[in-house]
Amino acid sequence: MATSLTWTGSKSSGPSFAASGALTESASLRWILIGTALVFLSVFLFLPLAVVFSSALERGIGAYLAGIRDPDALSAIRLTLLAAGIAVPLNMVFGVAAAWALGKFDFIGKSILISLIDLPFSVSPVVSGFIYVLMFGLQGLLGPWLIDHGIRIIFAVPGIILATIFVTFPFVARELLPTVQAQGNDEEEAAVSLGASGWQTFWHVTLPNARWALIYGVILCNARAMGEFGAVSVVSGHIRGLTNTMPLHIEVVYDDYQFVAAFAVASLLALLGLVTLAVKSLIEWQARRAAQIAQAGGGEP
Amino acid sequence: MAVYSTRFIDPVNLMPLVLKRRSVIPGFGLAFGFTVLYLSLLVLIPLAAAFLKASALSWHEFWQLVLSPRAMASYRLSFGGSLVGAIANLFFGVLAAWVLVRYDFPGKGILDSLVDLPFALPTAVAGISLATLYSPNGWLGRLLATLGVHIAYTRMGVIVALTFIGLPFVVRTVQPVLQDLDREFEEAAASLGANRWQTFTRVLLPSIFPAALTGFGLAFARAVGEYGSVIFIAGNMPMRTEITPLLIVIKLQEYDYSGATAIAIFMLMISFAMLLGINLLQTWSGRQGRAESARGEPSRPFESLYVAEGGQ
Repeated sequence: MATSLTWTGSKSSGPSFAASGALTESASLRWILIGTALVFLSVFLFLPLAVVFSSALERGIGAYLAGIRDPDALSAIRLTLLAAGIAVPLNMVFGVAAAWALGKFDFIGKSILISLIDLPFSVSPVVSGFIYVLMFGLQGLLGPWLIDHGIRIIFAVPGIILATIFVTFPFVARELLPTVQAQGNDEEEAAVSLGASGWQTFWHVTLPNARWALIYGVILCNARAMGEFGAVSVVSGHIRGLTNTMPLHIEVVYDDYQFVAAFAVASLLALLGLVTLAVKSLIEWQARRAAQIAQAGGGEP
Repeated sequence: MAVYSTRFIDPVNLMPLVLKRRSVIPGFGLAFGFTVLYLSLLVLIPLAAAFLKASALSWHEFWQLVLSPRAMASYRLSFGGSLVGAIANLFFGVLAAWVLVRYDFPGKGILDSLVDLPFALPTAVAGISLATLYSPNGWLGRLLATLGVHIAYTRMGVIVALTFIGLPFVVRTVQPVLQDLDREFEEAAASLGANRWQTFTRVLLPSIFPAALTGFGLAFARAVGEYGSVIFIAGNMPMRTEITPLLIVIKLQEYDYSGATAIAIFMLMISFAMLLGINLLQTWSGRQGRAESARGEPSRPFESLYVAEGGQ
């Protein structure tokens, strides 16, 4: 009798226990937390973004377009496209090779190799540019030899491309590796045992499985390549119309108090950043949906 | 390099004691060779060259340059500002992750995507934007000036910029842990009589702590080397608002190559130490995470970035 009484008691306390706030916060606390997070994220994310576009359009669309059509701005845009156009494909090929070697095989020293690939992420951008100055600059290790042969790397376009490659070095490899590793080797082994060559296995088995990670790695690599400032600033020499990329052009024009022109070029890079975020969200949504479909399909016999 | 050797077979276990495990998949030689060559040419050799250049300085000279008063003032600002920024991100990052995982409100999806903005927005763009926002006639600067607070061109400006660029790290390391956290633990705590605050501090906080600490470390490491987003808002007064990366640039512009080299090598050594520390932290927090969610965790292919991007 006593036991049955306690049982009904605990049963009736069930719903009230859940509603008593032991598992959720009170509505007022919830709104305070949401409000604080919203204020913090708005001040640090929305406002800086809004400032870029509002400052760019402050004096109307004519001034905005004039800032972009300026010959120095156009040459900066061309140089940025050139540097990213060389750095991104090279790092993509490297990322695919690294993901293949590290993701499909086991060998001694693998984790050391992965850490070494990550190195450029941990180096300050300014130091990244500076190590190329120490290598190829006038005072650098190869400096005298380069002068004798009339080759300019520092304060010229090759230095900018090298610095861009360095700072975007790990992106594709880092994005691709976990996906390639998670896929396992079964499908590749099946393909090879059925007579596929290495390239066929790569193109028809591995690549289709890892395509979203590859696309994501490439767009991140590209966003960083086009926006890199510190490393490129050290090796460029800031020669207007010759060795200024878009971020360097922004600095020069901003320091010249031409704010509308600076923000006009900045708005292009901000748009690139927003497109990058949109593609990222799209790919994540795609991956979530694929996981849900796989889960739903897995339940069936 | 004898990576192909498969000759050392342990006769007892028949376990191959090999440098590389045998595989039917082809292409290891090409992929491995290209990876190592590319890595060496673009990263390892230039880094080694920097150390070689620095070795031209005597031990005494090196430390004299590294510990010069102007350099010391820049370390205080770079490391102190990064610490304050990372602490702000630790607190607000956990809060933001909590709100994004546990509550529903309009605009949540967009806000969640925007958290990565500091990664996607070029640092120079962030720099001029923050400088304009907090300048005495900017949207926030004007408001704060009436309260007597000045952010642009002061040390506060450096902290604001370093908070901005470190913002995604704590949110993105804590968010997946909160998502995977089993509600059963909270239910158990509540059924044993814990109130919500006790459940939070005794059950939830210990679970997210390793991830939050990793995010904190990543945000700090990134902030120490940051350049572009800081120099526009900092004012760049020697001894007062001059960060270490800027000091390297200034030394270079003054053709003081030995000064720049010494400080750059010092910063490199610190970044490597921080990289090692964060790796250890991640191994530890990964082990914690696995112990908590023994059930297979859902695949999160994009998480690696936040883990990898430590301290640019």
